[in-house]
Amino acid sequence: MCIDCGCAPADHHHSAPHTKGGAKTISIEEDILAKNNRLAVANRALFADKGIFTLNLVSSPGSGKTTLLEKTLADLKSEIDFAVLEGDQQTANDAERIAATGVPVHQINTGAGCHLDAHMVGHGLAHFSLDKLQMLMIENVGNLVCPASFDLGEDFKVSLLSVTEGEDKPLKYPQMFRASEIMLINKVDLLPYVRFDVAKCREYAERVHPGIKIFEVSCYTGEGLDQWYGWLKEQVARKGK
Amino acid sequence: MHELGITQSIVEIALRTAAGQQAQKIHSVTLEVGSLAGVVSDALQFCYEACSKETLLEGSRLIIDEVPARARCRDCATEYPLTDLLACCPACESVASDLLCGEEMRIKEMEID
Ligand SMILES: Nc1nc2c(ncn2[C@@H]2O[C@H](COP(=O)(O)OP(=O)(O)O)[C@@H](O)[C@H]2O)c(=O)[nH]1
Ligand SMILES: [Mg+2]
Ligand SMILES: [Zn+2]
Repeated sequence: MCIDCGCAPADHHHSAPHTKGGAKTISIEEDILAKNNRLAVANRALFADKGIFTLNLVSSPGSGKTTLLEKTLADLKSEIDFAVLEGDQQTANDAERIAATGVPVHQINTGAGCHLDAHMVGHGLAHFSLDKLQMLMIENVGNLVCPASFDLGEDFKVSLLSVTEGEDKPLKYPQMFRASEIMLINKVDLLPYVRFDVAKCREYAERVHPGIKIFEVSCYTGEGLDQWYGWLKEQVARKGK
Repeated sequence: MHELGITQSIVEIALRTAAGQQAQKIHSVTLEVGSLAGVVSDALQFCYEACSKETLLEGSRLIIDEVPARARCRDCATEYPLTDLLACCPACESVASDLLCGEEMRIKEMEID
């Protein structure tokens, strides 16, 4: 356990125990994710202090997170100083793809872990020089369940959904779409070949998360990416330096 | 698996509390888990048994109290149980709502000697 990142157990004040027979009941009322949440708060404070806009990209495996990053970095790296944290259970393939763009990247191998947590991200930050950094992209482990519960200190979670996955994903994974301020519908170049009802998808997402911001994009043809880029630049300017 | 990390946190908090209370034995640990928290009770029970082996928690019971989700309508402020994610406001049929509870994951209490 590392003391320097504040992950040592903190003191907690429990209410007086009530005795009941021989045994006594201790009231705890502690959030199970309290430790992660404390570390996320610390990351968020650091991002605010350094003016770093941070996104946490989540999706099923194969929706196009790494491809979206490659494309976004290639197109915007002359305007924005980026860094990328890559969460992956085993391989470093994604990190190598990002490294090829010339943007600083650090790989976090989660092993059996199915999500990144705030502790891993805090340590991952040590690999970048934060003073110049304007935008941190975090590619989470491909999984639409677990990452929903783990705040990393990001400004926003961004859910990717590709048109080969079915328009009802927001209803099947409501926690994730509720936790995400942004949804990207990716691979719209494939719409002529698959049954995917974009209007329905938007309606479902809006139901589980009223006001969710939606972009329709293709990382292959570049369709819709201008709106996405415009939004990123706005956010960086708002947060920024 | 997601429930494993959650269970490790539960075990950590419970053992820390037990040590603070100089507990000799732990009978049970009670959680409050929202119906929308995204954890599966059976998986939690399974992980709990595995994670509590050879600790003071071994043999203790994990009690999971489910907290039903409730929402408040953004249009007319009616509060209603969110049994289904497509549920709409019973008063005005709006689907826009804010969640009041249902995503919590808390250790509520434990019973010790
Ligand atoms: N047709 C099409 N394929 C895409 C698009 N974006 C990504 N892909 C492909 O989808 C596959 C998975 O992409 P990847 O970025 O590795 O997904 P990740 O697992 O979410 O990081 C790769 O074969 C990509 O080339 C797109 O916009 N259109
Ligand atoms: Mg990837
Ligand atoms: Zn209403």
